[in-house]
Amino acid sequence: MEKNNEIVMSVQGLSKVFKSGILNPEYTVAAKDISFDIEKGKIISLIGESGSGKTTVGKLILKLIKLSEGEIIYKGKNISEIEDKEETKEYYRRVQGIFQDPFATFNPLYRVDRVFDMIFDSFELGFEDKDQAIRDALYDVNLNPDRTLGKFPHQLSGGQLQRLLIARALLMDVDVLIADELISMLDASTRIGVLNLLVESCKKHGMAVIFITHDLNLGYYISDKSLIMYKGRLVERGDTKKIYENATHPYTQMLFEAVPEIGERWDPDEEFLPEQVVKDVKEFYQENEGKGFVEIEEDHSVLFSDK
Amino acid sequence: MSENILEVKNLKAYYDILKGQVKAVDDITFTLKKGEILGLAGESGCGKSTLASTFISRKKPLKYISGEVDLVGHQIMEMSEKEFKKLRLRTISLIPQYALDAFSPTKKIKTYIADLARQHGVKTDKKFFDKVKERLDLVNLDESVLNRYSIELSGGMKQRVIMVISTILDPEFLIADEITSALDVSSQRFVATMLANLRDLEIIGSAMFITHDLSILYQIADRIMIMYAGNFAEIGPTDEIVENPRHPYTRALIDSLPKVGIQYKDKRLSGIEGTPPHLLNIGEGCRFRHRCPYSIEKCEETPPREKVAEGHFVSCWRWKELGSDLSGKK
Repeated sequence: MEKNNEIVMSVQGLSKVFKSGILNPEYTVAAKDISFDIEKGKIISLIGESGSGKTTVGKLILKLIKLSEGEIIYKGKNISEIEDKEETKEYYRRVQGIFQDPFATFNPLYRVDRVFDMIFDSFELGFEDKDQAIRDALYDVNLNPDRTLGKFPHQLSGGQLQRLLIARALLMDVDVLIADELISMLDASTRIGVLNLLVESCKKHGMAVIFITHDLNLGYYISDKSLIMYKGRLVERGDTKKIYENATHPYTQMLFEAVPEIGERWDPDEEFLPEQVVKDVKEFYQENEGKGFVEIEEDHSVLFSDK
Repeated sequence: MSENILEVKNLKAYYDILKGQVKAVDDITFTLKKGEILGLAGESGCGKSTLASTFISRKKPLKYISGEVDLVGHQIMEMSEKEFKKLRLRTISLIPQYALDAFSPTKKIKTYIADLARQHGVKTDKKFFDKVKERLDLVNLDESVLNRYSIELSGGMKQRVIMVISTILDPEFLIADEITSALDVSSQRFVATMLANLRDLEIIGSAMFITHDLSILYQIADRIMIMYAGNFAEIGPTDEIVENPRHPYTRALIDSLPKVGIQYKDKRLSGIEGTPPHLLNIGEGCRFRHRCPYSIEKCEETPPREKVAEGHFVSCWRWKELGSDLSGKK
């Protein structure tokens, strides 16, 4: 493994505003002023509720949508400036995504092998023996090639399909993998297997992973760094352990209170309202007006006010 | 408290398809006391939702095979559709999975509730809507939602409206199928707590809470039942199940849950290898045996339901010798 803190991608001041309507356009700020670095071989979890903008950030990094402001620097180059066809192709090869619903990822009319054939058709992967390379990659993700290749997507389980996609990413030697709710559709029992595999592959191949999730426990389990998003803003950023031990933003605190855990029951006397957090965050921002995004300890920053 | 709302004895319900029978609910026995929340957990495809459909509506190819279901004195398996219809929403009510996607986008919430009430022969007068408003207030929703369309509401709000609708006639038995799975953690907590509150306020008698998420059941369920591949695995008081699981499957499920405070670097959690068996024409034997690290020859025979302690039952040949502390030793 190479140097530990080699940065493969740097996200700086990222913003995305969606416009809807022509005559009276409405603007939705899906992401605002988001900055973080992605280090080689590290896992970052991006945590937030539905509508917090976490998927938007993923899509921006995948270069699926154009950013409104800020820049994403990949290997020293601003990705918005990548226009050359060859370079774009190379970017799409090195930065890949795996999404929530594996059954929607695969075309049900084709055998699953097609996802491998397609990458070999599109990219020069430099393997001598294509079939052997696929088999090796499948073994890497604990799948038996004889039982998976040649099957149709509906013949495999969700967990197996997600593993196939991880194998595909490994074959392409991906630098940054965006795993958007990768395991939310899987059962508790198979979930951990896929997660463990993801961490192993990431450490072994030096792949960086952005693990987008709404599940705090899973985020804590696998990640080195965490990003907490709320309403399009990055409210807390830093070392996972530090954030979990010293959650400072009211939204993060609320998440910790709400997460169900075995061995610890919710306080029955406490009245818990999901709407309450909106007020809490507003008050928190007012109290700390003008402070902005502050580093409160090493590798742990909190958004104290939104202005 | 000892009065039983629901008594299920050796219930079997299969899907009758061309190739044979899919044994999705196979020999399930349990009772539900008044005022109790029973959690039902298991993997997808283990028959949790089929069990719920067996109670509510058996549409083809789902077929009732044998067994008894006694719901407050009604033998509901022998009732005709017409007779059973009278029980719906009053005695038994279901919040189906994905109910929040089932709202008609062209109807206001008010119309929706009124239509449903009329279907069940309830007058939709002012008194009725006063009750609706009262209930909305209970789930912390403003009465203005009545005049809104479903697309204007967030997932958590929709789920709360659904809870109001399904409990409007104060059912004695409520089945809540995965009501928290599609929600954010904050709404999850609210909705789950709400279910317990409705029970405390005696708006609903008892509830069966179906989910794959054991950690939510731990929060609100009085007892937990675990199903595996259509079979009964274990049932018992929540704390018993979590602290003294007797079935290897229950243990594995609990072990696979991530907790805050456990990081990959410090401790690796283990999942369960393999996948559940196909239930089509499945034969004898413990259905977990192919994935179970403790399986022996005996497991080729179907294990009987045995009593561990008061209210705690398990179906496993080796529960006595293995004890509750399964540390991975064979």
